[in-house]
Amino acid sequence: MSLVREALLVAGKDLRIEARSRVTLAQIVPFGGIVVLLFAFALDPARGNLPRVAPGLFWVAVLLAALMALSRSFAVEARNSARDGLRLSGLDGSAVFLGKAMAVAAQLVALETVLGTLVVLLYDVHVSAWSVVLLSAVAATAGLAATGTLFGVLAAGSRRRETLLPLLLLPVVTPVMLGATRAFEAGLEGAPSEAWRWIGLLVLFAVLYLSAGVLAFDALWEEAE
Amino acid sequence: MEAVSNAVSLRSVVCLLGRFPALAGVDLRVRRREVVLLSGPNGAGKSTLLRVLAGLLPVHRGEVEVLGADLRSDRRAVRRRLALVGHDTFCYDDLTVAENLRFAARAAGRPARPAPEVLARFGLSGLADVRHGRLSAGQRRRLSLAVAFDRDAELLLLDEPHAGLDDAHRAELDLLIAAAPGEGRTVVLASHELERARALADREVRLEAGVVREPAGAPA
Repeated sequence: MSLVREALLVAGKDLRIEARSRVTLAQIVPFGGIVVLLFAFALDPARGNLPRVAPGLFWVAVLLAALMALSRSFAVEARNSARDGLRLSGLDGSAVFLGKAMAVAAQLVALETVLGTLVVLLYDVHVSAWSVVLLSAVAATAGLAATGTLFGVLAAGSRRRETLLPLLLLPVVTPVMLGATRAFEAGLEGAPSEAWRWIGLLVLFAVLYLSAGVLAFDALWEEAE
Repeated sequence: MEAVSNAVSLRSVVCLLGRFPALAGVDLRVRRREVVLLSGPNGAGKSTLLRVLAGLLPVHRGEVEVLGADLRSDRRAVRRRLALVGHDTFCYDDLTVAENLRFAARAAGRPARPAPEVLARFGLSGLADVRHGRLSAGQRRRLSLAVAFDRDAELLLLDEPHAGLDDAHRAELDLLIAAAPGEGRTVVLASHELERARALADREVRLEAGVVREPAGAPA
């Protein structure tokens, strides 16, 4: 079986589990929504500063909710030692990485769609360049999913995995937060030329961590207990 | 390389769990199509040995050859040729019985078989659409056995496979184990149900404190 087919098999399995358990729909998306709402209350919409800070707040909300999705992605493997079954299956570790990253990315897309709608409605945001916003969202999502999956398996090997993942991941994804926020700002202000270097950074980051994951995940996956 | 007739060959194998030597220098050979019983008290290293043979635990010293290949260099290929039934089921709570079976088959690179055949063999008919998380302990054990036997593995590693089964399914499992050599399979079985397991095994290997104490039968 090819790498892509193995990755799709793993992604399909993870997404089926999420569809069944409805954790993404019932817990992760509402959590992101609450974060967006709390920011709106904390910053007082009457002052009119929400549209200015909306891009940053949107990506912080996405990142916090993404941590839950990433923890969940490896928690399902810990239960009943399903991870051992996956290892025994003979699937390529790189395919497991790509499949898990794809499933997380699909959940993030759903999350971003809901949170983006909330931000537009609650923060009084007007998008001037949709292409810039969508392109940067795709690149940032790929980067977050790849980095999160790679660091997720690192944390999965620890008894303190629930608290370790945010500690490991948050500093590393700073370039994604910075690049996605700046690119979104340019997309909202209708200045696409400003956005390209940030989108370039996001693409570079995603390619870097996807490559690192494909190369390193197998060894980390085998070490994790 | 060991003679091809050996399914398993361990030489002075040491496996540490933390600092504790769960295996403290194990030498063992299992011939192809042989059924070998691992016996010994709790903590003797039986489960650890089975996990080492499956490539799930690293070896800190010694050499391990499984199905004629070095586990360190050919781990992925070897794993496709063996099956392990452990204390856990290795299944996903939110997938149904049929989905768990199909995923395991496809992950092993085989097309999913018609589910009814496998389900009936392990007394899981009527449970195909039930999620693993809602199964009883005995039903879960039968599902993990179904996944393992469905792999057409050359080497079956069975850790307390009778645990949780009722009498009828224990008898059914005995038949499957007894038939394994005839189907070209080798079985390494760890059990505390010695009378039952001895009746199935060609020979018994006793482990105590991580070493083989009484290697009964002829080594290769």
